[in-house]
Amino acid sequence: MTSPILDVKNLHIRYGGASADAVRGVSFTLGRERLGIVGESGSGKSTVGRALLRLLPSAKITAETMRFEDIELLSLTEKQMLGIRGRRMSMILQDPKFSLNPIRKVGDQVAETYLRHFKCSRKEAGEKAIAMLEAVKIRDPERVCEQYPHEISGGMGQRVMIAMMLLADPDVVIADEPTSALDVTVRLQVLNILDSLVRDRGIGLIMISHDLNLVRNFCDRVLIMYAGRVVETLAARDLDKAQHPYTRGLLAAQPRIGGARAPLAVLDRRPEWLEEVSR
Amino acid sequence: MSKRRLSLQGATGQIGTILVTLLGLLILTFIIGRMMPADPVRAIVGEDATRETYEQVFRSLGLDRPLWEQFFYYLGDVLTGDFGTSIRTGQPVIQDILHVMPATIELATFAILIGAGLGVPMGVIAAVNKDRWPDHVVRVLSLFGHSMPIFWTGMIALIVLYAKLDLVGGSGRMDQFYIGLVPETTGFLLIDSLLAGEMDVFWSAVNHLILPASLLGYSSSAYITRMTRSFMLDQLGQEYITTARVKGLSKHQTIWRHAFVNIRVQLVTIVALAYGSLLEGAVLIETVFAWPGFGQYLTSNLIIGDMNAVMTCVLIVGVIFIALNLLSDVLYRLFDPRTR
Repeated sequence: MTSPILDVKNLHIRYGGASADAVRGVSFTLGRERLGIVGESGSGKSTVGRALLRLLPSAKITAETMRFEDIELLSLTEKQMLGIRGRRMSMILQDPKFSLNPIRKVGDQVAETYLRHFKCSRKEAGEKAIAMLEAVKIRDPERVCEQYPHEISGGMGQRVMIAMMLLADPDVVIADEPTSALDVTVRLQVLNILDSLVRDRGIGLIMISHDLNLVRNFCDRVLIMYAGRVVETLAARDLDKAQHPYTRGLLAAQPRIGGARAPLAVLDRRPEWLEEVSR
Repeated sequence: MSKRRLSLQGATGQIGTILVTLLGLLILTFIIGRMMPADPVRAIVGEDATRETYEQVFRSLGLDRPLWEQFFYYLGDVLTGDFGTSIRTGQPVIQDILHVMPATIELATFAILIGAGLGVPMGVIAAVNKDRWPDHVVRVLSLFGHSMPIFWTGMIALIVLYAKLDLVGGSGRMDQFYIGLVPETTGFLLIDSLLAGEMDVFWSAVNHLILPASLLGYSSSAYITRMTRSFMLDQLGQEYITTARVKGLSKHQTIWRHAFVNIRVQLVTIVALAYGSLLEGAVLIETVFAWPGFGQYLTSNLIIGDMNAVMTCVLIVGVIFIALNLLSDVLYRLFDPRTR
């Protein structure tokens, strides 16, 4: 791997007023690859994603280093950070029903990303938005631009979200449970669109998910998080050869089509994992 | 096509609702009129009238008929625009009200402009800085606005700003000197004086309006601030705000272009209601400032039991609120694409 786009060492995050860290000493690097972060609810995976964009105003973020290319993210001012967000690093949020502004037209919202980061006319930004909507396989993008979020389907909404976040051609995209609010039938379609765009543009993707199969199929490497720590890092194709009992437990708790009808294994959480350091 | 039919259906439905509300309002007004502990006959004939005169008037007012029959007479009168004559002034009630209403509208309009102009930004600032010092300052200010009795602040303000410092005009709508100088065309003094080209009168009127309007405005800004703050907090917690920030929008852009546009509808509704209660009569402030408006008219008639006048006033207050509700419904459709 050439020099990483993102380099995070010993990241700690504590929410304001909390008595313990939500994320405790997470380290990883990201190249032009697709990195999955999995874990159960509350394991801190979304918190890591938001901390990278410095979107947690009330939280205290500390790290040995949190570097994006040669920029130390933690030492940037908020104003400098505005130039990074959307332009160099962006994030796809979970549910388009909530993540799109309900009373602004779709086209406006997509074009806003471009207008924010490039000196151009409204018309130019609108054209960029239409081209990007075409790239996420929306038929008739001119019509969709004039629609409001409640008039489009969830799958289309998430494609709009992808278009919005890739419009300014960022280097890193964090996808925070990008398909968990979608119907199973459109899930794959949306993921394939995201996947091909990310590969074509050489974007580093962080896919935050609790869906092991999704991560296995769409990522190169996987971090497994438990209670604010990374317990295991694996190549996605080696997921079945996971060593850590927690990862094995997660895998065993999955139902399988055509598998035995016996009750699924219950995840066993051992206190000693809380203090373990990532290998 | 089907969309248009739908909105047409909505419109007819709305008209139906309004008619039913109006009928209910008329019934209520009628009942209030009949329940008032005042004898309308005595108010007309006076204390010394003979029994015959009393009964003659009693019959001529239709008070010997059954109540439901009386109601239909009342309904007929109202529908033909006859609201009766005021006993106190001897003039048709509607004429009296047309005379006092502009003074109140002038006062209330300036008050709501001040109230919303102050309350909305303060509410936004408080929400954005939740639990930090600007929020505390705003909350204390609005608590004051809420809890200080307006007749008291009115009097103190008059003593300090008018009597001692002579910064503003005193009571009434203009200086004594100018009364009767400007012909009453619209009834709105600010407009009339401009029409007549009397700038002195205009400035005198502004000078007299500014203090009561500011006090009323401050007191309604308390409510508007609190509501704006809570609407805004609600929106700032939404996920689309995160989206806006991920795009790289500044705090300012996120607040005004994304969160604020989403509270316009709710804001319009509460500002309209605040305006309504100002129109209904700022009785206390009108009394303190000797402002010849609707509130004063209503209370003075209430005290002497001028039934026709009181019933009409109640009716007008009801109509104002129905109209404001209708207005905010229309604006709802304008501002929120989901309701179209």
